[in-house]
Amino acid sequence: MSTTLSDTPTLRAGAFGNATCLKCRECGATRELGPHYACYECFGPLEIGYEFGEVTREQIEAGPANIWRYKALLPVPDDIESSPNLEPGFTRLLDARNLAAELGLTRLWVKDDSTNPTNSFKDRVVACALSAAREFGSKVFACPSTGNLANAVAAAGARAGIRTVVFIPSNLETPKQVNSAIFTENLVAVDGTYDDVNKLASEIAGEDPGWAFVNVNVRPFYAEGSKTLGYEIAEQLGWRLPDQVVIPVASGSQLTKVHKAFRELVELGLVEDKPVRIFGAQAQGCNPVATAFKDGVDAIRPVKPDTIAKSLAIGNPADGIYVLDIARSTGGAVEEVDDDQIRDAIVLLARTEGIFTETAGGTTVAVLKKLTETGQLDPELETVVINTGHGLKTLDAVSGAVGPRATIAPTYDAFTAAGIA
Amino acid sequence: MAVSVRIPTILRSYTGDESQVTAEGDNLSAVLESLEASYPGIRARIVDEDGKLRRFVNVYVAEEDVRFSDGLDTRTVDGTQISIIPAVAGGAR
Repeated sequence: MSTTLSDTPTLRAGAFGNATCLKCRECGATRELGPHYACYECFGPLEIGYEFGEVTREQIEAGPANIWRYKALLPVPDDIESSPNLEPGFTRLLDARNLAAELGLTRLWVKDDSTNPTNSFKDRVVACALSAAREFGSKVFACPSTGNLANAVAAAGARAGIRTVVFIPSNLETPKQVNSAIFTENLVAVDGTYDDVNKLASEIAGEDPGWAFVNVNVRPFYAEGSKTLGYEIAEQLGWRLPDQVVIPVASGSQLTKVHKAFRELVELGLVEDKPVRIFGAQAQGCNPVATAFKDGVDAIRPVKPDTIAKSLAIGNPADGIYVLDIARSTGGAVEEVDDDQIRDAIVLLARTEGIFTETAGGTTVAVLKKLTETGQLDPELETVVINTGHGLKTLDAVSGAVGPRATIAPTYDAFTAAGIA
Repeated sequence: MAVSVRIPTILRSYTGDESQVTAEGDNLSAVLESLEASYPGIRARIVDEDGKLRRFVNVYVAEEDVRFSDGLDTRTVDGTQISIIPAVAGGAR
């Protein structure tokens, strides 16, 4: 059939580095790089195709201490560091000995993405989307979001000097609202779930070519940013892959991209090939992928989310099917935990490692615990768990669980009577 | 039973670049047949060979994802707004 290609802007040479095309993940059809996300042949998701030249460890190590050290592996121009952005990434990989001991694991690392500029991993993907929006000459930088993404888009847009509009479900936690509204005058609360907000964004993106919706029409570029989590884990382990990784699943994009990153590193000869078991973590109140995994089916049945883990509350995760493929083919699993287990895990991580995670990280740590207790994860193998966001964004989730142990008069007698000494 | 159907950019090559068209039918399946009669070829882009909704297409009847209601059997009352939207592969947090 004929296709309309006139909506693809003229690009400067090298606008997307080593990226060469958009390729359909389903049918393999290719088309030129542009603000497109669905295959014109089959509606399947488009991914970035590359022609990598030689990429060495030394080149990467000589780069900046942020995601642009991996620019040769991303759809960004070679001069990416010179354009204003939040310079996210290269977050710490912490040897989590106390949590490991608590859970009975031999070796556990926490990849702590709560220390990104807007305190979630979203700064990584947004930085790549911002580059794409800039190259496409977009007038508006926008997103539908459950919160963390809105924070990241609003902040990145402010720094880049591009107009931002961010759409959120109206029931979102107040801190996440404020964390976006502080950066943009265009925070739009939509009466509905994230899936409703997403639908609205898809409709707007289809009508207004000047709008770059980071996770809709520039999604292929955006999603690539999550690969940097995988690159960093491997580099920070001394250029090798871990045995097991536990990753939260909302859309499922992050999990698929970490897997892709590991495969790319192997193919480029930057790490030795080895089996890596990949596990997904969901909340019981939004568990479409975990349910499909347990039922042994390939189709994801959408759900209406009801969980404190709002950043994971995507009821219709279209990358879910790829998460299933990866979990099954690597010997991993997709597990779920309830809201109480999520709260307990937030406290556990805080008290064992000094890391305050949001509900998504609570979900991931709780799933790590469950996988260990049920024997699905091998406690003798080296494991990495990804913390994607900061607990200050979801204070309400645990404000009833922790607080003052005692309220006492300012006297020594009162102190000793409280039994804390 | 006339209904209004929003057409995504990808399918506008079938509708002569029209973003909104009218169709007939008292359920989604009949509406898609009606669309096919007006715009030959369009139905096969929305449903597969087995007659099921394609995996990466979302269809909304009166703002409700039909996967939550009765799928292709979802009733379409007179004047209903139907939207066909490519699924975003992966939402976002």
